[in-house]
Amino acid sequence: MTFRQPGWLLVLPATLAVAMFLGIPVFDTFSTTFTDSTGFLSNYEKFFASRFRRAVLWRTTEIALITMIASLLIGFATAYVVSRAPKKLKSLLIIIAVFPLLTGVVVRSFAWLVILGKNGILNQILLSVGVIAEPLSMLYTEGAVIVAMVYLFVPLMILTIVGVLEGIPEDLLQASASLGATPFATFWQVVFPLAMPGLIVGAVLVFTGSFTSYATPQLLGGEQQMMMGTFLRQRAMVTFDWTGASTIAAIMTVVTIIIVLAMGRVARRLNPAAV
Amino acid sequence: MLTRPHPVLIGFACLVFFFLLAPLVIIIGASVSDTSFLTFPPQGLTLHWYENIFEVSAFKRTMVTSFILAVTGTSLSLIVGIPAAYALNRYRVQLPSFLSTVFVLPILVPEIVLGFSLMKTVTTAMGFPIFVSLVIGHALLVLPYCVRVVSAALSSFDFSIEEAAVSLGCPRWKAFFIIVLPNVRAGVIAAFILALITSINDVSISLFLTGPGISTLPIQLLAHMEQFFDPTIASVSVLLMLVTVGVMAVVELTLGLTFLTK
Repeated sequence: MTFRQPGWLLVLPATLAVAMFLGIPVFDTFSTTFTDSTGFLSNYEKFFASRFRRAVLWRTTEIALITMIASLLIGFATAYVVSRAPKKLKSLLIIIAVFPLLTGVVVRSFAWLVILGKNGILNQILLSVGVIAEPLSMLYTEGAVIVAMVYLFVPLMILTIVGVLEGIPEDLLQASASLGATPFATFWQVVFPLAMPGLIVGAVLVFTGSFTSYATPQLLGGEQQMMMGTFLRQRAMVTFDWTGASTIAAIMTVVTIIIVLAMGRVARRLNPAAV
Repeated sequence: MLTRPHPVLIGFACLVFFFLLAPLVIIIGASVSDTSFLTFPPQGLTLHWYENIFEVSAFKRTMVTSFILAVTGTSLSLIVGIPAAYALNRYRVQLPSFLSTVFVLPILVPEIVLGFSLMKTVTTAMGFPIFVSLVIGHALLVLPYCVRVVSAALSSFDFSIEEAAVSLGCPRWKAFFIIVLPNVRAGVIAAFILALITSINDVSISLFLTGPGISTLPIQLLAHMEQFFDPTIASVSVLLMLVTVGVMAVVELTLGLTFLTK
């Protein structure tokens, strides 16, 4: 293998761009967290010694996990129905799922601001039905962030899982049915295991997406429900504590990479045929 | 024949689709309300808030910035991404396999971490102008989409057609432009559109890279929302949704939307 082959020349510009503008800056961010005069890991000791910071990390993990599980359940059930729908209806449903996905995060989070606000629609409905006497404060709670995040990620989950379900050969389902399996048994013993890799891909996307999100917690969680993303931004741009911000950035990246690698391994074990 | 899912499941799916669309309908309703605050159902009917988009100079300015930024970033990304995707497919046996993971790295590193790191290194330490830093950030953000979507199109391309052209005396670079590129046109268009949308909607990278005088539309929207709560935000959102509809129409006409589930 020589470096004079054309293949190398063609990948060179993109590789250099990634190395220069991703590799070096991110490496720099990480390395500044280890240069504290009081010790190699003292920035991390400081992070985990603070009750507030631990709470932010825990809240972020909790919200990301709940969002992931809720999106999986809702997405799988919906994707199953979509994949069984007649062809015309199926395309329409896919269009309806793609539309919010292509609409920006800010716009979609903003919608929930209108719905959950003090004078929002939900409060108006609840008041007029007589369930509550006073408007509830639903904004800036963990629940508001979770609802908006689930709304954000369900379309992604539906599309990912529909893609996998479409790939399951019809023959397998017919074989299962003709051998006497109930639709319920066919679902759990044939469809579910075959859909597993898709579910894992979707779960990874949703977990990492919500773990590192910024706009949704900023708009619906505010200062009260700070998550890692909003905390990073506050450290970097409000208090100008770049070392603290770098420590948060490093923790976020490590969690993301661990989740991606671990789930990839689980996916391979469950389905050795998948790449 | 397909077995129909349980009626309860169908009902549940209908509910999910209702909830996917309802918030967007609410935004449309709120954008035409004749009140100075956001409300739904709309009270009165006015297009004033749409006029207001073009009266608030910050929206006009950032809209232009966002568009130029998206086109520049995406084009740059395609210029380095297409050759890379081509090489990864054409010379697969000669290139080490880790190279294909290099272009997935921008996905593994959270966007907000990349934005923060770029601000420290590129804007502050290297002193790049704000717009240049934004272009770099956005080009990196969309690079994985460009490489992967073009790669997917190239993986079903039969390279022996290109070899035939070359063996008949066509120069290699010319063979690429008149044989390879037209055959993967759909993939390139798809990559361009996906990248454009991703770039226009981006918050996490721009968050740190925008600066005095230069901002993008989503960042401007966030800033506006923290100060005002008038229907202008809703009307800008509707405008963005119209852009999305336009893009979806283009995708449907060129590739078919079912392409997105693959």
